[in-house]
Amino acid sequence: MKIVVCIKEILDPDIPSTVFEVDEAANAVREGVALRYVISPFDAQAIELALRLRDKAGDSTISLITLGGDSARAIVKYGLALGADDAFMLIDDAFDGGDSHVTARALAAAIRKIGGADLVLTGRQAADRDAGVVGPGIAEVLDIPLVTFAADVATEGPLLVVERALGDRTEFVEVPMPALVTVSHEVGAVRHASLRETMKAARKPVTVWAPGDLGLADGDVGARGARVTLERLYVPVSDVACEFVVGDTPAQIAATLVDRLTAERLI
Amino acid sequence: MTGDARKWLVIAETAEGRPVGVVYEALGLARSLAGAASGNVEACIVGDARPDTANDLIRHGADRVYALNSPGGGTEAWVADVVALIRESRPDAVSIGHTALGAELAPRLAFRLDSAVVTSCVDARFTDGRLQLTRPCYGGKAREVVSIRTAPTIFTIKPKSFEPCAADEARRGEIVARASVLDRSALRTKVREVRRNPDDDASLESAQVVVAGGGGMKGPQGFELARRIADLLRGAVGASRVACDLGWCPPSYQVGLSGKTIAPQLYIAIGISGAGQHMAGCGNARNIVAINSDRDAPIFRFARYGVVGDCHELMPALIERLEARTATRSTEPGAASGNSE
Repeated sequence: MKIVVCIKEILDPDIPSTVFEVDEAANAVREGVALRYVISPFDAQAIELALRLRDKAGDSTISLITLGGDSARAIVKYGLALGADDAFMLIDDAFDGGDSHVTARALAAAIRKIGGADLVLTGRQAADRDAGVVGPGIAEVLDIPLVTFAADVATEGPLLVVERALGDRTEFVEVPMPALVTVSHEVGAVRHASLRETMKAARKPVTVWAPGDLGLADGDVGARGARVTLERLYVPVSDVACEFVVGDTPAQIAATLVDRLTAERLI
Repeated sequence: MTGDARKWLVIAETAEGRPVGVVYEALGLARSLAGAASGNVEACIVGDARPDTANDLIRHGADRVYALNSPGGGTEAWVADVVALIRESRPDAVSIGHTALGAELAPRLAFRLDSAVVTSCVDARFTDGRLQLTRPCYGGKAREVVSIRTAPTIFTIKPKSFEPCAADEARRGEIVARASVLDRSALRTKVREVRRNPDDDASLESAQVVVAGGGGMKGPQGFELARRIADLLRGAVGASRVACDLGWCPPSYQVGLSGKTIAPQLYIAIGISGAGQHMAGCGNARNIVAINSDRDAPIFRFARYGVVGDCHELMPALIERLEARTATRSTEPGAASGNSE
């Protein structure tokens, strides 16, 4: 089975809000020393799911595709060290400033260029913009079936059986391959890279493509091709003034709090 | 989307024959932005509907309701029919609730119609003739305001973000039955089985009071105390991602970006720091009470009332006080059943 995993380098979603600042004039996150960049966690879980499939099915290849800056080499290296076989990076100034639409079209073009895949995996959303559009978009552009919010995937002959985690229910969906599946956090923990795979990773092929290599014009990608205009980026401020309830004992604090909430008819 | 042409299409998802809650929010928003003039808010029912569902949508703000005769099948089945409807009806904006279905259907519509989509919006308004959409990003730490250059503007609505339109029994509208254009034999996805999640607490999303625990609960025992407090307040129990990841409570308790979105009257956050991804799920609570040992925890920036201290000391004290209060109330005249509210 040929598996493609689309991955994205993002600002670490777990950095504390105290070091997160927005430059409102530039409509961008202010670069700071405390900022870290990581693979989007859902994408790491997509790689994990691909590895589990290969562990079970054997005879499979896993290719990584990412669109990003040169710094994305770090997440590519991470994915190769986990066990992916090769990687394709869409790096070019023309890709800068794109939206979900041009990103999906560029990734779909890259998947076509490598001869398609039996299974394309993406995160359910990138954990920076949280849009969740690229995965379904690739499926539409490639005209292949789409299954979202996967907690697990199994193969049954030519079919994929996808377990969808939907909160109040779990759905089991079958689709023929090729298909695109978006991966949710219910996949669980991602394995650690073994020393052997890490050593091998340095020798695995990484190919870099510009728009022209994918048959795309510069106007089809990046800011020039984008349809969504970012008008403003800001950090919301809370206008709530917190009244701290104090007392000498927990019982006193509890009494004051309950009385306040009762007086305000909140309980 | 520019100018004054403001024709709206609301995709009305149903569950057990009834519109899901966010549909009424979408109608309320469409009504408020489309203006009072009749004829420009349309709704399209996807999913099984009861005989009165179309009229219910009209009472809540729709002028015309398309009842798609396209049973089941998920978004692969719906997308063809909704695309056909949009091509015919040519709305300027299409809104869908950001549910499991909406999150999948909206991008598919956008790509098939060669337009664009903005997901999980918490605000929408016209500025300089453009429909500006606001949505949380960076795990709830920031918000972005965006607009779409192509038509139609397709967007999903984060539940509990907009005021629904009040029901008006006198409202009249048109109901149009539409046959499916879909060749069902061409469907590629097939739902084999659906399992209800026994841990899922549907009341979490509708409860007026939610008592939620985080990393400060220190273990599952903390959630037993939270459950007792919630029971005394006739509320539901929620949790932060940390507590769910550690297995202290079922994953379905999770409130936040990758969990449930709630907007109760009262949210009691116990041992929850208030990270952006958590606040994305409860930021619309009317009143937040925060109990945390760290005075600098971000949660206090959102809280009406705060208690700095050890929640394991405070929770038993709260339970005792609430039990005393309940006991007093149940002996009051007219409150014999104990249902004093």
